[in-house]
Amino acid sequence: MSGFAKPLKIALGLAVIAALIVVPMNFNRYGLFILSQWAVMTIAAMGLNLTLGYAGQVSLAQGAFVGIGAYAAAIMTTHGWPLPAAIVVAIVLSFAVGWVLGYPALRVQHHYLAFVTLAFSTLAFLVFRNESWLTGGIYGISNIPRPHIFGLATNKPLPFYYVCLGSLAIVSLAVWWLIRSPWGRAFMALRENPLRAQSLGVDTRRYTLMAFAIGSALGGVAGALYAPLTQYIDPVPFNLSLSLDLLMMVIVGGAGFYFGPFLGAMIAVLLPEWLRFTEGYYLMLYAVAVMLLLIWSPTGILGILDRYMAARRTRAASALRAVAKSRLETAQ
Amino acid sequence: MSAVLEVTNIKKNFGGISAVDGVSFDVREGEILGLIGPNGCGKSTLFNCILGQLTPSGGEVKLDGKVVTGLRPSELNKLGVSRTFQLLQVFPKLSVRENLILAGQEHQGNMASRLVGRSDAGLTDAADQMIGFFKLDHLAVEPAGGLSYGQQKLLDAAMAFMGGPRLVLLDEPAGGVNPSMLADLKDRLVAINREKNATFVVIEHNMEFVMSLCSRVMVMAEGKVLAMGRPDEVRKNPAVIEAYLGH
Repeated sequence: MSGFAKPLKIALGLAVIAALIVVPMNFNRYGLFILSQWAVMTIAAMGLNLTLGYAGQVSLAQGAFVGIGAYAAAIMTTHGWPLPAAIVVAIVLSFAVGWVLGYPALRVQHHYLAFVTLAFSTLAFLVFRNESWLTGGIYGISNIPRPHIFGLATNKPLPFYYVCLGSLAIVSLAVWWLIRSPWGRAFMALRENPLRAQSLGVDTRRYTLMAFAIGSALGGVAGALYAPLTQYIDPVPFNLSLSLDLLMMVIVGGAGFYFGPFLGAMIAVLLPEWLRFTEGYYLMLYAVAVMLLLIWSPTGILGILDRYMAARRTRAASALRAVAKSRLETAQ
Repeated sequence: MSAVLEVTNIKKNFGGISAVDGVSFDVREGEILGLIGPNGCGKSTLFNCILGQLTPSGGEVKLDGKVVTGLRPSELNKLGVSRTFQLLQVFPKLSVRENLILAGQEHQGNMASRLVGRSDAGLTDAADQMIGFFKLDHLAVEPAGGLSYGQQKLLDAAMAFMGGPRLVLLDEPAGGVNPSMLADLKDRLVAINREKNATFVVIEHNMEFVMSLCSRVMVMAEGKVLAMGRPDEVRKNPAVIEAYLGH
C-alpha cells in the first residue's frame, strides 16, 4: 500500500469508516446481522492473521477459540454478568489455552502443526457438545442477552452492530500497534527465518507462544461478541469448518497483510449473500470464485495490489535510470 | 590477554559418526582467530555446539570464565555472542533497515518495553550508521531478498554487529563475495575489531583472507585440532600441508 500518498490513504480510511457508520442506518435486520457478522469474523481472522500471516504458525483451531469465547460469554451473561466482564474472561481464557496450544509449535511445524491444532479443534467441539452441565450440550444456550453500554440498550440490531463495529475498531488499533512494534518484527522473523532470529537474541519460544496466545485471544473476543449477536449458541457453528472458513478468510484476503482479514471476511461473509440471486448455485459460484482467485494470486487479494505496487516502483526506478543514462550519453 | 571463550574437550556425535572429537581451544580478548580445515572436518558443527544450536555430546564452553554449555542461542546472543551463517540467513521480506533493527531490538529494554515503546526500539539511527558503514546506503528500504548475494553477505555480517557483541563467530564470510567487496569486508572487520575491541572467530577457505586478517589460525581435520599458531607457522606445518593446504 506504500504506493499511495499518505493524505489519500487517510482520506480513504476516513471515508470507509464514515460509510460503515452511516450507510447501515437504513439497513434491515438481516443486512445488519450480516454486517455485524462481518465485523465479528474480521476480529477472529485478524487473530489468525497474527498467528499464521505474521508469525507463520499454522493453526486450524481458530474456530475453537471463537467457541471458547462464545461459551464463556453465553454462560456468564445468562447468569447476570455484564458483557464487558465476559469479554475479559473470554480473552484471559483463550489467551491461556492458546498459550498451551503453542507448545506443540515449539516442536512441530507446518502440516504437522496443522494436524495438532486440528485435533485440538475436534477436542474443543466434543467438550462443547458433551459437557452439557456447562454448555447445554446439543441444546445449546438460548436467550443470551445483549449488553447495556453506558445505560443504552443494544437489543435492536443497529445499536448492537455499533457494538461490534466499535469492538472491531479497538481490536484493529491494538493489532496495528502490535505489528508495528518490535514484537511484530519478531513475529515476522519467526515466519521468515527462525534460525537467524534465535542467533540475534530473539527468544523464539516466547514469541511463538505469544503469537498463538494473542491470536487465540482475539478469537475469544470474536466469540464473546458472536454469542450476543446470535443470542443462541450450540456446538455446530464452532466445529472444524469455522476454523477452515477463518483460514480461508486470511488466505484469500492476503496472509501477513494488515487489511487482509477485513477483505477476506468480507468475501467469506458477504459474497455468498450477494450471490444468493443465483439461488441453488450460489455456493458453487462462491467456491469457483475463491479457487480462481487463489490460482491467479496465491498471496490473496492484497497480494495482487502488492505486486502491482512493486511493478510500478520497478518501472519508476528503471525510468529514472534511463533518464540518468541518456543524460550521461548527452554529456559525452 | 584473558580468554573470552574457552572450549574444553567438545564432542559431537551424529549416530556413529564423530563430527567433533574432543576439541579444546581458547579465544583471547580482541584477537581474530581463523578456523580452517577441509570440508566436513567439523568446523561448522563446532560453531553450532558453541552457540547452542546443537547440544554437544560432551565437553564444556565457558564465556568469560562462566559455563554457558547448553544455553539457547538467543540467551547466548544476549550475553554478547553473535554469529553469521555459511548460507545466506537474512529476513528476505523485511527491508535492509528493518533487518538491522530486528538484529538489535532484543538487546533494548525488555519484552514489555518492546511492546509499548517505540516501533524502531530507538535503533533507526544505529541501523543507518551500520548501513553506511557497510556501504549499503542506496539499499536501505529495499527488501533484503532483492539484494545480490554479496550484498546479502554484507548485510548478514552487519546484522551480527547490531547488538554490540563482544564475540562474533563468522562462518565463511568471504564465500561468494567478489574481490573488491571482499577487501571492503576485511576493512570493516578490522575496523570493528580495533575500535569496538570485538573478538572474532572466522571460518574461511579463502587462505589469503585468513592469513592477512587473523592473528592466530586453528586447523581442524577429521573432528580434531591439527594445529594452532600464527598464520606463517601454520602455513609451514607439514601436517597442515598434508591435510588441507596441499603441496
